[in-house]
Amino acid sequence: MVISNLEKYKNCFVEAFALADGAQAESLKYQSIQEWDSVGHMALMALLEDNFGILLDTDDIIDFASYEAGKEILRKYDVAM
Amino acid sequence: MFDFDEIASLKPFALDREAKESLFLRALGDLTAFHRQRCGDYRRIVDGLGFDASRVRDVLDFPFIPAGLFKMRDLSSVDRSLVIKTVTSSGTTGQAASRIFLDRNTAASQTKALVRIVSDFIGNKRLPMLIVDSRDVLKNRASFSARGAGILGFSMLGRDVTYILDERMDLDFNATESFLERHAGEDILLFGFTFMIWEYLYKALRRAGKWLPIERGVMIHGGGWKKLQSEAVSPDAFKDALRDVCGLRRVYNYYGTAEQTGSIFMECCEGRLHCSVFSDIAIRDHRDFSPCQVGTSGLIEMISLLPRSYPGHVILTEDLGRLTGIDDCPCGRLGKTFSVEGRIPRAETRGCSDTYEKRHA
Repeated sequence: MVISNLEKYKNCFVEAFALADGAQAESLKYQSIQEWDSVGHMALMALLEDNFGILLDTDDIIDFASYEAGKEILRKYDVAM
Repeated sequence: MFDFDEIASLKPFALDREAKESLFLRALGDLTAFHRQRCGDYRRIVDGLGFDASRVRDVLDFPFIPAGLFKMRDLSSVDRSLVIKTVTSSGTTGQAASRIFLDRNTAASQTKALVRIVSDFIGNKRLPMLIVDSRDVLKNRASFSARGAGILGFSMLGRDVTYILDERMDLDFNATESFLERHAGEDILLFGFTFMIWEYLYKALRRAGKWLPIERGVMIHGGGWKKLQSEAVSPDAFKDALRDVCGLRRVYNYYGTAEQTGSIFMECCEGRLHCSVFSDIAIRDHRDFSPCQVGTSGLIEMISLLPRSYPGHVILTEDLGRLTGIDDCPCGRLGKTFSVEGRIPRAETRGCSDTYEKRHA
């Protein structure tokens, strides 16, 4: 079974922040839930890098401020969603 | 209020004296007015000092508050509901700790500033990273020690971030060696607090008679020399020792405190500590607080453009230091440079690396 990039992307949030389902991820912003703090942030970054086989620049890690912003950022790494 | 992102987009060491002074006059004016309006304790202090914003001619005219005040009072310029993280400074057992309240904006600025400053030394690429500490420092996510905050901030600069001390502060040889195998031939970033590196990396390697291949490593360390001074370890001896046990050649010290996390002062290859576009330094005579000229020793006043959620933009520390120059470092970075000479007598022992008490003998 092939899973889409969007699904993979969502799953990273689910795993990093122990969400009940992927739909919950869509409205998330940095610091909007307890789990997405600076520790959670780095866990999410590591999951994204592993799952998409990319290496994010520090600037992009800093600018990764929400679920939506992250989609734009990943586009720069040729991850289309 | 000045635009922080604009400042963050500048090259961190490219402003000369004139450009920097005009930027800081404006920005510190904004910050002082902002905190005066929002923090009652701060207002009472600056008003009590007779501060008059219309008479400011120089960056040194802004009122400073002593670092010790953050131990005695909860100083905050935002509503408690907006505080996302409280950083407590290292106070050793029996000593009071500072409490610094961070909102989202200030926390984000700290990360941004730190990354900008350090990238100027190590480049923009995230390197495989070893942290000479235990993961346990980050256990309580809502309330960090300054040590935890430092580790977390720096870990943004790395990848495959690996902690090499276990919860008992013993060096994890397996984790370290397999990390080095994974990244053989690559540049590696190491971060830790000075004392921890000495005590738990250097001494452990020495004791075990082991050598680690980290010739391509860049080490950044900070948090205070006091404990090492008591063992008579000089900065040069520290560097030599690390070269002996793991071939490290690039070792940079930094100076910073919990009250101004993020806008740290990095030591360059010339051994000078550098102010960046986010920070400045003044040296004051300890008797009358008058400004000292280059070369004269006095109390270090730290200035940072980052603090918005607490009035910590101008702080008088209990550290002694001297200016070593302005815009004239051979490394090419502009701005003031300085050296730290220790702590005024009778001040408390503090500093991230100095307050870890070994619990297991």
